[in-house]
Amino acid sequence: MSADAATRVEDKLYLNRYLVDAGRAHIKVRPHAKPSPQLLSLLNVCPAHCYEMNSAGQVEITTDGCVECGTCRIIAEPSGDIEWNYPRGGYGVLFKFG
Amino acid sequence: MIEERFDAIVVGAGMAGNAAALTLAKRGLKVLQLERGEYSGSKNVQGAILYSDMLEKLVPDFREDAPLERHLIEQRFWMMDESSHTGLHYRSDEFNEERPNRYTIIRAQFDKWFSKKVREAGAVVLCETTVVELLQDAYGKVIGVRTDRKSGQVGADVVVLAEGVSGLLGTRAGLRKTPDKNNVALAVKEMHFLPQETLEARFNLRGDEGAVIEAVGTISEGMTGMGFIYTNKESISLGIGCLVADFEKTGQTPYGLLEKFKQHPSVAALIAGSEVKEYAAHLIPEGGFKAIPQLYGDGWVVVGDAAQLNNAVHREGSNLAMTSGRLAAEAIFQIKSRRDPMTKENLALYKKMLDESFVMKDLKKYRDMPDLLHIQAQNFFLTYPQLVSKAMTNFLRVDGTPKLEKEKTTFRSFLAARSLTGLVGDAVRLARAWR
Repeated sequence: MSADAATRVEDKLYLNRYLVDAGRAHIKVRPHAKPSPQLLSLLNVCPAHCYEMNSAGQVEITTDGCVECGTCRIIAEPSGDIEWNYPRGGYGVLFKFG
Repeated sequence: MIEERFDAIVVGAGMAGNAAALTLAKRGLKVLQLERGEYSGSKNVQGAILYSDMLEKLVPDFREDAPLERHLIEQRFWMMDESSHTGLHYRSDEFNEERPNRYTIIRAQFDKWFSKKVREAGAVVLCETTVVELLQDAYGKVIGVRTDRKSGQVGADVVVLAEGVSGLLGTRAGLRKTPDKNNVALAVKEMHFLPQETLEARFNLRGDEGAVIEAVGTISEGMTGMGFIYTNKESISLGIGCLVADFEKTGQTPYGLLEKFKQHPSVAALIAGSEVKEYAAHLIPEGGFKAIPQLYGDGWVVVGDAAQLNNAVHREGSNLAMTSGRLAAEAIFQIKSRRDPMTKENLALYKKMLDESFVMKDLKKYRDMPDLLHIQAQNFFLTYPQLVSKAMTNFLRVDGTPKLEKEKTTFRSFLAARSLTGLVGDAVRLARAWR
């Protein structure tokens, strides 16, 4: 994905309201040496661009901008690549319109 | 240790959960509804179109105070290629009736209103509470829930799972499987605000009239997908959705598709100068009849999107959600009235009522449609739209070519792209799946 598109999605997320549960990420990526095809696909599929590759070539997640759609769960939970939960009650994205 | 007991616990405050909680409370049952958002609607995402008939069965006079945006008088279907669209439009003044059939709504606002009705009917609604686990006895019967609140266990005779398309509880408890990536679509959506007069002029609307555009074609890059543009009072809900499996396979980004859809010459002029105020994403159940899981068991029922009850062909979800929630509640009420236990055997009544309703009848009618559209995505979402566009431009452009020659060119382009057997086969398959 181009850096340009990534910038645009960050601009989109900036419009949303969130109550971030600091230090309690509701989605966790299983530690890995080399990412599975499922994990790699999340770099593009996640509509909030929460997944990024670090300098060591591993896939990381930052859940702050997550819109709680569940797509990554559908793709990468069956393979055990991620652990997926809802945020604690009241936290996460707070849609104004929905 | 279970401290407090209810007749029923409803997990989730979307369309299905609110319909269930409202019906149960109206029937005099002691109901607890749990919602993880700060209010009903804060986690819910939909296009959104509301169907009056299904809501009237729950709140007959909803038109008096429900936050409705516009009643729909015009439907446009677009088949798009890169630079054009071929449209089928239906607009009728008869939709300007006293009790309109369809409205656009904004879910966060509508759900708040719906939730107020649930409270007024006597249900206890607890927001900002995530249910983390279903409590089951030694025999697997669901006896309550555990929430993320302190001393958060609550017991009930029956739990209504209205937890939405990505509901965790039922799947974690092994009551149903997590939806397959071939059976759910990911849709992304933006809210575009425009001055009311500008919006009405662009869509040829007066007063509370509304229009809806639904579009397929090259906008989904060969994936099974659809774009939509819905008019609200002073905003436009605009989005696009495609199958999750297709996104995974193609590596397309959802926001990339959305931007491209917005930049299409047929769309750009409609939203020019708008102010975007929100970006949302949501999953939509697309598997239809064949993807419906077990709907009831000892101490539980599942309703709405969590039960995959969505008619992808007619783009109807919220009315199936409302109806399934209402019928589940009616079944529970009947069992309760007879003083019978909430066993799997007794709760089968919910499935029986659902089978007799439009919900299952419609889903059954289109049971082969998802497979057809998913397997042949390239043809239906890429090849045909391009061919139709070529045919239209060939038909309309006057350049001295004899008409017979033009017709032959069009026919040849269809043959070259799909072959005669392919064309006939697609027509037969589509007709069969529609039947």
